[in-house]
Amino acid sequence: MNFWANPIQVTADWLMGLFTGWGMTEVLASILTQLLGIVVLITIMLVIDILLVWIERKVVARFQDRLGPNRVGPFGLIQPFADIIKLFIKENITPAGVDKVVYNLAPILSVFSVLILWAIIPLAPVIIGVDLNVGLLYLVAAGAIGTLSIIMAGWSSNNKFALLGAFRQVAAMISYEIPMVVALLIPTVLAGTMGMLGISEAQQGMWYVFLSPLAALIFLISAVAELGRTPFDLSEGESEVVAGFHIEYSGMKFGWFYAGELLHAFTFGGFWGILFFGGYHFFGLENLGPLVAAAIVLFKALIGYWVIMWIKYTLMRIRIDHMLAFNWKFLVPLSLVVLMVTALLNTLLRDTSTWVMAVSMFLSNVLIAWVVIEILRGRSRTEREKVESPAQPVVEATH
Amino acid sequence: MENEWLYIGLFLIVGVALPAAAIILAWLISPKKPNPIKDSTYECGMETVGESGVQFKAQYYIFGLVFLIFDVETVFLFPWAVSLGKLPLFAVLEGIVFILILVAGLGYIWRKDALEWV
Repeated sequence: MNFWANPIQVTADWLMGLFTGWGMTEVLASILTQLLGIVVLITIMLVIDILLVWIERKVVARFQDRLGPNRVGPFGLIQPFADIIKLFIKENITPAGVDKVVYNLAPILSVFSVLILWAIIPLAPVIIGVDLNVGLLYLVAAGAIGTLSIIMAGWSSNNKFALLGAFRQVAAMISYEIPMVVALLIPTVLAGTMGMLGISEAQQGMWYVFLSPLAALIFLISAVAELGRTPFDLSEGESEVVAGFHIEYSGMKFGWFYAGELLHAFTFGGFWGILFFGGYHFFGLENLGPLVAAAIVLFKALIGYWVIMWIKYTLMRIRIDHMLAFNWKFLVPLSLVVLMVTALLNTLLRDTSTWVMAVSMFLSNVLIAWVVIEILRGRSRTEREKVESPAQPVVEATH
Repeated sequence: MENEWLYIGLFLIVGVALPAAAIILAWLISPKKPNPIKDSTYECGMETVGESGVQFKAQYYIFGLVFLIFDVETVFLFPWAVSLGKLPLFAVLEGIVFILILVAGLGYIWRKDALEWV
């Protein structure tokens, strides 16, 4: 078999031959091969994570009209590695009164919840950890572990600020999980499968962002909220709760929270690309080989990451009541309406051609968006009239 | 099939082991000079007053309950969405009625002002 046509399988076969040649049983050799593959994949992700620190700092510098790191190495590329060494040799302060087990487990779980997502990401038809037939449910389940790590960090830190920050963050995360799950249902409806490979494969002709732009938008908004990045970074009110749930962490433990957040953003950029922007499909370029396809997926993930950074460095923080109201009174009803319309159209137009279906799906999304905007305009108009109307005489409350 | 979940299991083990290894390494090479001031709770230089486990708003609890209802609902929706392509129109409409009942529940919560941040 040609290496370039299926690099993972060829390497795995070679390793299997090597291990069985050393006298191992078939099962042990298979487990060892898989273990090596996993370690390599996770190590690559962690190296990408280090580079993401550099990308983040460079991009935020450009947004703020600065240069960013540019002293250590060419373009400051060695800077994140210097940061890592610093994090390693910093003292790990464990404050008095913390719940030690939970306190130390929280940063590990924070980055763990992101790393395990890469088990199901299809980088190419043949480069995928495992094509679970419940892939999207796995994504939701891994997200729940991230929520758990935050509440663990806040609860065990023995700090009021950490506790309050964690509560805010978790309230936001669980709220925005609902529109995210409903937005995930839409590719499921369109592709007829929950497997990531199936969803990527089904977008060969038409990316789902054209079939359901609203679902792509809802997914992006709730992903940003799930990440806890600006404008939804409630846990990081500097004047209210300082740094939120990771206030009592230092050294490498803080480093994992930071690394986990960046890798989370990158991973959700990747999921955005896979679910709505065709995965490894890019105008037939993916046929050149699996490595090109993997490069396409990573490139789309970088674009998604860049969009999330763009949002972060442009918008301001939103107050918690506004944020929760925006979710429950706007995003949840909207996502449910989009889901119902998509399901109905998908069934009614099942026997028509692809193009009729695509155009009607797109038009239905535009129609929903227009109706929603009209409703919002009407609401804000009445609100404005109420505020601008001449002041009514204050009626004394009867206590 | 078992093989897939074996892979996931191995992935979970490595996913915990690598970050934990980094923390243990940092613990080995970092200096350890604790003192009571350094180990005290950080509150921007103020001394902590009272317990750290403060009371929090009951509103968080209500949002947690609402989340729980909708999260359970989505578990029912995933199988429906997967098999949608093979379902007759009647079954699809039934799923939509199910969603509409949930929307009615959301409306009820909304009218009861449970979604207000008070």
